[in-house]
This record gives sequence, structure tokens and C-alpha cells, in this order.
Amino acid sequence: MEWKNRDVISIRDFSREDIDFVLETAGRLERELAEKGALRYAEGKILATLFFEPSTRTRLSFESAMHRLGGSVIGFASAASTSVRKGESLRDTIKTVEQYSDVIVLRHPKEGAARLAAEVAEIPVINAGDGSNQHPTQTLLDLYTIKRVFGSIDGLKIGLLGDLKYGRTVHSLSEALAFYDVELYLISPEMLKMPKHIVEELREKGVRIHETSNLESVIGELDVLYATRIQRERFPDEQEYLKVKGSYVVDCRLLEKAKETLKVMHPLPRVDEIHPEVDGTKHALYFRQVFSGVPVRMALLGLTLGVL
Amino acid sequence: MAELKVSAIKEGTVIDHIPAGKGLKVIQILRLDRVNGGILLLAANVPSQKLGRKDIVKIEGKYLSEEEVNKIALIAPTATVNIIRDYAVTEKFNVEIPGEIVGILKCGNPNCVSNHEYTAPKFYVISKEPLKVRCHYCERTMEEEEILSNL
Ligand SMILES: [Zn+2]
Repeated sequence: MEWKNRDVISIRDFSREDIDFVLETAGRLERELAEKGALRYAEGKILATLFFEPSTRTRLSFESAMHRLGGSVIGFASAASTSVRKGESLRDTIKTVEQYSDVIVLRHPKEGAARLAAEVAEIPVINAGDGSNQHPTQTLLDLYTIKRVFGSIDGLKIGLLGDLKYGRTVHSLSEALAFYDVELYLISPEMLKMPKHIVEELREKGVRIHETSNLESVIGELDVLYATRIQRERFPDEQEYLKVKGSYVVDCRLLEKAKETLKVMHPLPRVDEIHPEVDGTKHALYFRQVFSGVPVRMALLGLTLGVL
Repeated sequence: MAELKVSAIKEGTVIDHIPAGKGLKVIQILRLDRVNGGILLLAANVPSQKLGRKDIVKIEGKYLSEEEVNKIALIAPTATVNIIRDYAVTEKFNVEIPGEIVGILKCGNPNCVSNHEYTAPKFYVISKEPLKVRCHYCERTMEEEEILSNL
């Protein structure tokens, strides 16, 4: 697969080889960065970060990655200050911005926006979230984090916890995990179960799947527990929401039943799915995920720019 | 039941066995309704042994390719196509749902970029029976009922 000029739009466009290659490249860049302090692969290159809706965390991670590669960054952090407010089409914005830059990172509230931008632009486009559809760099950094800690993704028992019905992050992650030899535990309240068609697709790809609403009953089995937020809006009444939310809080009492080596992950920001008392334990991996975002995004920027 | 005779054409294409009521839509999808085109005949509500009632579209002076005709497969999966040369049928084929559907179907997801920006909506057929497509842009899937209401 030729990486130079390739777009990064959806985890669906990736093969297992593609994913492994990105993770290897990220590993190499992380080591090089630790040795040298700063890299110069992207010297003279300009990244444009176009955030039509704010996501400070993701934007800073991309900008940090570009600076670490020795490149520079232009862009905007919300649509409020741009010509979009005057009614400019996404098409025209992209056509304009590509005259100023070598690679575009796009976050947009409409599903499919990144795919459209990639068709319009001559330069590579990386999707940093298109509505409720895809956020491929999150999935890649999740996989990278797991691989860094366990050495391999194959053979792991991974629990996905929370809103599995609407959660974009867990859908993409489970699709990507299906490339590996993993056992998935889908842990959610009955009304927020993983959609049937996704479960079937995963089974067809050979993933062993256990579905349960009881976190305590499976916590002892897991190597990784990936927690996500359960949103108030999904529930008809407050009572039901509070009850469900309370039964999925990851705290030290729960973790007494877990393997010594269990790692707890979360895409962040969290609300109260993971008690802060977990932060200092050997189980907490969620800040490591944040760290992983930079080498993974360095790899994607470097590969699509063709400078590595 | 006797088949109604609709005047024969000398050269062109006859699309037969269109579900009753869909003939006009077929003409629209194939863009046959342009003023500078050839003669076009639509027979609607024709009695049919196979379908009860059917529509027939005849296009004088134009041979439609299988690829062109496959665009109508979503609304007229029962249609058969006859290519006529010198009043005789020289080729006959059934329509088939294509692998990709471009331009004729709208995405059912109101938040899909294809409903807001200038672009041709595009779908991949992931299953023909039962019919299921995935939007090239928002990646959401649509099944038969939703597909028909967005044609
Ligand atoms: Zn769509």
C-alpha cells in the first residue's frame, strides 16, 4: 500500500497489514523521539487543522505531533470565526486551505465530511471525527496503547463497557479488533447493547463474543477493560439513568476482583465512569492513551506526507 | 388475459414488466424526459399475467446498455429489457441491481454530508436479497423500505 498522499478517513479502509504498519511506525517514532528529543522529518511542511466543531484534546494532539515532527501548523479551532459562518461550502473551504498546506486534519459535525473533503483535496486528509461516524486515529491510538503494554493484541480478553449502542469509539474499536485473535466481552445495560448487525459481523470474522449486563461477573476474566461514557440523553427518566450509571462505575472495590495485570482504558473525557482513586493504581492506562495519541498521529502525518 | 398492443417501435429499447405506477419514475431515473430526446411511449396499468398490472416504457431510436438500465433495478427489479432493431427483438435481458448506486438515491441520514454539500450521493450494495446499501459518505446502511422512500 502506497502511503504517500493516502487519506485516513475510516477504519473500514484499513487492512490488518495497514494497521500493523502504522503501529510499528508509531513505535519507531516514539523511540526516536525519546532518543533525539526532536525530529525533523516534516521540516518545511504545513499541517492545517480545520475544526468545524471544537475538540481541544484531539486538535492539540495533532498539533503536538506535527511540531514533534519538525513541521508547522495553521488552522482554526471552531467554525465560529471562519467564512463558513458566511455560508461557504466545505468544498470551497478545502479548496482554499489546500493552497496553504501539505496535509489537512478535519473535524466536522456532518457524517461523511472527511470523505467528501478527501475527494475534493489533492493533498491528504485525515479524519479527526465526522459527526457520529468515524474517528480512526482514536482507534489506532487505542490499539497502539494495548500493543505497547501487552506486546501483542492477539490472545487478549477485552471488555467493552458502557454505551455500546451509540458509541462510535467502541464500534470502530471492535471492528479493528476483529482483525486480531481476541475474545470480546460486551458489557452494557440491556437498552444500550451493541447493535445486532455489528455483533453478527464480528462473529462472522471469528471473534468470540460474550454479552452481559453484569460487569462484576466478568471483571476477573479480562486483560483490558475499555470503559466509555453513558449519556443521560439515552434514558427516558433520571431514576433509570442513575441506577444504570451506578452499576458501571469502575472503582478500587471492583478492581479487587480483577487480574493483577488488568488495564483500564477510556477515550476521555470521563465523567464518573472511572473513580479518580483508580488513577494512581497500576490498572490505569487512560493517560497513557493520551500520550499514545502523539506518536500514532506523528506516524499518520509522516506517512501521508511521504517524509518518513 | 389478452396483452394490450402498444404501437411497435422500429429501432430502440422496450422496458417491460415495470411494476405498475413506476413507469414515470423509470423515465426520470434514465433521464429520458428531455425535450430533445427521441419519441417516448409510456403505457401504464397494462394487464399482466406476471404482475397483475404493469407499466411499459418504449424508447424510439436509443439503445440502452445493461449498465444504464440497471439503474432502475431498485424500483423495478422485475423489469425486462428488449433491444429492438428493425421491429425485431435482437437482445433481451433482465435488470440486475448494480454493485454501486450513484446519483439516483438520497441518503436517509439527515446529518449526512451528501444532503448538505454539492455531491452525487453514492452507495455500495452490501446485500441484494434482502436489499441493503451503505452510504459512501456517512457509512450508514439503509434497507429496502428506507431505500424506496429515498428514491
Ligand atoms: Zn449518507
